[in-house]
Amino acid sequence: MIEKDICIIGAGPVGLFAVFEAGLLKMRCHVIDVLPQVGGQLSEIYPHKPIYDIPGYPNIKAQELIDKQMEQIAPFKPTFTLGERVEGLQKQDDGSFHVIGSDGTVIHCQVVVIAGGLGCFEPRKPDLVNLELYEKSHVHYMIKDPERFRDKHIVIAGGGDSALDWTVYLANVAKEVTLVHRNDSFRGAPDSAEKVHRLAQEGKINLLLSHNLVSLGGNGHLEHIHLINKQKENIVVPAEDFIPLYGLSPKLGPIAEWGLNIDKNAIQVDTYDYATNVERIYAIGDINTYPGKLKLILCGYHEAALMCQSAFKYVYPDQKLSFKYTTVNGVNTF
Amino acid sequence: MENIINITVEDRDGTTQTIEVPTDINLSLMEILRASEYDILATCGGMALCATCHIHILNGGDSLPAASDQELDMLDTLPDADMESRLACQLYLTNDHDGLRLKIKGTLQ
Repeated sequence: MIEKDICIIGAGPVGLFAVFEAGLLKMRCHVIDVLPQVGGQLSEIYPHKPIYDIPGYPNIKAQELIDKQMEQIAPFKPTFTLGERVEGLQKQDDGSFHVIGSDGTVIHCQVVVIAGGLGCFEPRKPDLVNLELYEKSHVHYMIKDPERFRDKHIVIAGGGDSALDWTVYLANVAKEVTLVHRNDSFRGAPDSAEKVHRLAQEGKINLLLSHNLVSLGGNGHLEHIHLINKQKENIVVPAEDFIPLYGLSPKLGPIAEWGLNIDKNAIQVDTYDYATNVERIYAIGDINTYPGKLKLILCGYHEAALMCQSAFKYVYPDQKLSFKYTTVNGVNTF
Repeated sequence: MENIINITVEDRDGTTQTIEVPTDINLSLMEILRASEYDILATCGGMALCATCHIHILNGGDSLPAASDQELDMLDTLPDADMESRLACQLYLTNDHDGLRLKIKGTLQ
């Protein structure tokens, strides 16, 4: 078990700056993030894009900002668990928490800081009749073991790279693959699209372009899928398994189950100290909401500073917090 | 009046109303819809990453600028998108868009 004063969920710019502010107050941090590297959106989505509203930098590339923040917090020796999603939270008798990761990592901390940005990216679900009925057994939003589709009738839906790639791969595994796409062309990689068209011409897959899914049907187990084509004609395709591959959308994930007040996928906080409605849990950065909220990195930095002033009382209940400027006091590391 | 246009917005439940939109403020259509009390999550804050501001253009779409690759890539992942779909966060209205009609489609979860 990892023992730290604060567990920060999310290694984006705001989570990283919270390590610095906590460090100034002698609070040690562990940071956990579902992505395999630090930096959140900045490193994952737009590492080379310039950011123009970081004070002191007329412009700075997203990855460069993260690199500099890592340098800034290094003296405080934060520890990291990367590539692991936070699944659970257990309150202990003394008020502290166990934060539990999807791979079994347990972090014991006095304070939990949620700096989760957009949340975690989860597969997008289509709105189909009877989807829930078969969701557990016959609907697969991601493919972990392609062999489970051997000699099965499967229907794949979507037009992106993963739909194309899995269609090509499973054409040699499944008994029959039907690829359904609502457009008449693919935006995925041209190579993959060409392969899919060739397989269709050779009769190795069933390609249904300009078709929309309507419902799933069967008797206890999935047997067929109803579609509608451009001419509004009904079509039924046999299916034992359904693989919708519509990309990912940001969701709160397990955090939504922690009893926190949520408004439109964001965590409500008090602007006094960015505390949530649950004692010892704070939310900072893009994941929180309050009247006047602006989703800006620099607002997240401000929230991190105020949060730490408030969290101090849980980490050092017997000490009085005295505020000190770094210009006067320097940065006293551990 | 100069720099004010009218657009007609159909909400998810079919309720339709016309709203006045100033075109000399630097706000995306997503921000304008939110400011007009429409329920739009805008999880990503306007970076074409979450598609919760998905709208369907009912009329007047020809005058809109073509979607960028990033917008098209995101729209392509939506199960309920079609040729008239756009992301409101990527659209900035001008005086040419008077009379635009749209329907809100973005999910609320």
